[in-house]
Amino acid sequence: MSKLVIAAIGPASSVQDGGRHGAQRYGLTPSGAMDRLALAAANILVGNPPLSAAIEIGPFGAAFTARDGAVRVALAGASRHADLPGRSVAFNTSMTLAVGETLTLGFARSGSFSYLAIEGGIAGEPMFGSLAVNARAGLGSPYPRPLQTGDELATVAASGAAERRIELPAATDTPIRVVMGPQDDEFADAEKQLFLDSEWKISATSDRMGYRLEGPVIKHLHGHNIVSDGTVNGSIQVPGNGAPIVLMPDRGTSGGYPKIATVISADLGRFAQTPAGKAFRFKAVGMAEAQAEARKSAELLRTLPDRLRPIENFDLNIEALQDANVAGAAVSAVDAGTWQTPSADTQTPD
Amino acid sequence: MSATLPPPRLLPSGDSAITVEFSRNIDDAANQGVLALDRTLAREAIAGVTETVPTYRSLLVHYDPLQIGFEALGEKLMALAQLPVPAATTTRRWRIPVVYGGENGIDLEDVAKALNTTPDDIVARHVAGDYRVAMVGFTPGWSYLSGLDGQLHMPRRQNPRLLTPAGTISIGGVQTGVQCLAGPSGWHLLGRTPVRTYQLHRDPIFLLEPGDAVTFAAVDAKTFADQDRAAEAGEIVAELIVA
Repeated sequence: MSKLVIAAIGPASSVQDGGRHGAQRYGLTPSGAMDRLALAAANILVGNPPLSAAIEIGPFGAAFTARDGAVRVALAGASRHADLPGRSVAFNTSMTLAVGETLTLGFARSGSFSYLAIEGGIAGEPMFGSLAVNARAGLGSPYPRPLQTGDELATVAASGAAERRIELPAATDTPIRVVMGPQDDEFADAEKQLFLDSEWKISATSDRMGYRLEGPVIKHLHGHNIVSDGTVNGSIQVPGNGAPIVLMPDRGTSGGYPKIATVISADLGRFAQTPAGKAFRFKAVGMAEAQAEARKSAELLRTLPDRLRPIENFDLNIEALQDANVAGAAVSAVDAGTWQTPSADTQTPD
Repeated sequence: MSATLPPPRLLPSGDSAITVEFSRNIDDAANQGVLALDRTLAREAIAGVTETVPTYRSLLVHYDPLQIGFEALGEKLMALAQLPVPAATTTRRWRIPVVYGGENGIDLEDVAKALNTTPDDIVARHVAGDYRVAMVGFTPGWSYLSGLDGQLHMPRRQNPRLLTPAGTISIGGVQTGVQCLAGPSGWHLLGRTPVRTYQLHRDPIFLLEPGDAVTFAAVDAKTFADQDRAAEAGEIVAELIVA
């Protein structure tokens, strides 16, 4: 067995997977990754099932050290500066940490959450089929809480497989699409239009339960109290102060505020990655379009393995090589013919 | 015995869930309709339905849009919802011990004052109630009960508390509740129960089901402390009267 030791970690970082389903009727929320596509990309890179448990890393920096054996990992999601001793590493690629080697990550540069998948997954005891952390319910494994410095995640020794990269569709900056309802009739047409026509920002007080929105005040037609009913990921509820809250995977399973609209499932990950303070808009779409996008999204997830590519010489970053000074005297940084791709053999001493 | 409800409304909750709304209000007949449709769906599985969440007045039906579309599922749900409501065959009845007042129910005195009566009268009325689990939601095991004595109806607190104790028994609006985990609440705290409605590594993990009948029994602080220890060790200290 190898293990990955958390050498440094910021808040809002935890083990997450595809979530736990089937117990919302008992008040148990699904939890799970904020950005499922990024989680899946990281897992596919190291040969895991797409929604296996991985480390969801919040907007702050982090560092991870391999102990007792080499550990093969992959990074996806919000990009940030990432390096291993003597070399810079790229997002959407796999890499192997030799024993004692530390992967250091900076602040998120775009987005909010990055995913570090570990080849062979994270050893733990699933509850309702999931290792995902839900701190409020005391659930999650190996730790039922956000990760802390010094935590250790047990995993298998690195396989030594060749490292790979994954080609993901280009990020888009288009409006976040919503289906109106279930309680849009609790709002006058002018208020619904205000919701759709306005620029919004995500408040810094947001978390895995909900993203609070800053923008115009949305007024209710009949007051803000409705009889509690069920919520979904992406429910946009409007409490008494008129500032909408978009419910995220750690949401309460029921809520008593009118829900004006619901973010479509295909846009949930992209919405979750919207950084606090960045302006964005919503756009209403019909059910047919929302469900067509859900099918496309599922198809993308299913075909992620087709997007894997070997890491070729021309993928290496010349600047990174020069900075890292790993090229050595015998290698010209500008002559690709003399480069050596880091091979798995040299990175897995045991 | 059967009753026919007016047809429910189908409300989209995004592209992967439908809210089947039987009423906009807390309404016992609507809740019966919700629980009946929930039982029907458990019996006659519709391909693509992944999870159902009963609440007071609506049933949230989660589904996989790759397996069934909004229109097709909506039609099936409407047809099933308009079947006569079958009476529940068996009802489980739980008796839940509660220590009322003092440090365990810090709002009991204030509730009595607000309702122009005595704390003993509040407790007597609360214990006399015959309740039903209308829904479980918000946080694990938080059980919302219908059937609260009309004399105990009162608005929620102006300022919700950010932290209330595990096992809190409280009232809010026309409802009473059994709260399992410590957490925020805007309700009035009458007492505490040693019963864990949610406990990991116990079988069952969740004690109360929507539709279960519930009564409360007042116990003293010593009994509460003893039962709390037993419950912590995994014992079910709620009494199951009818299974």
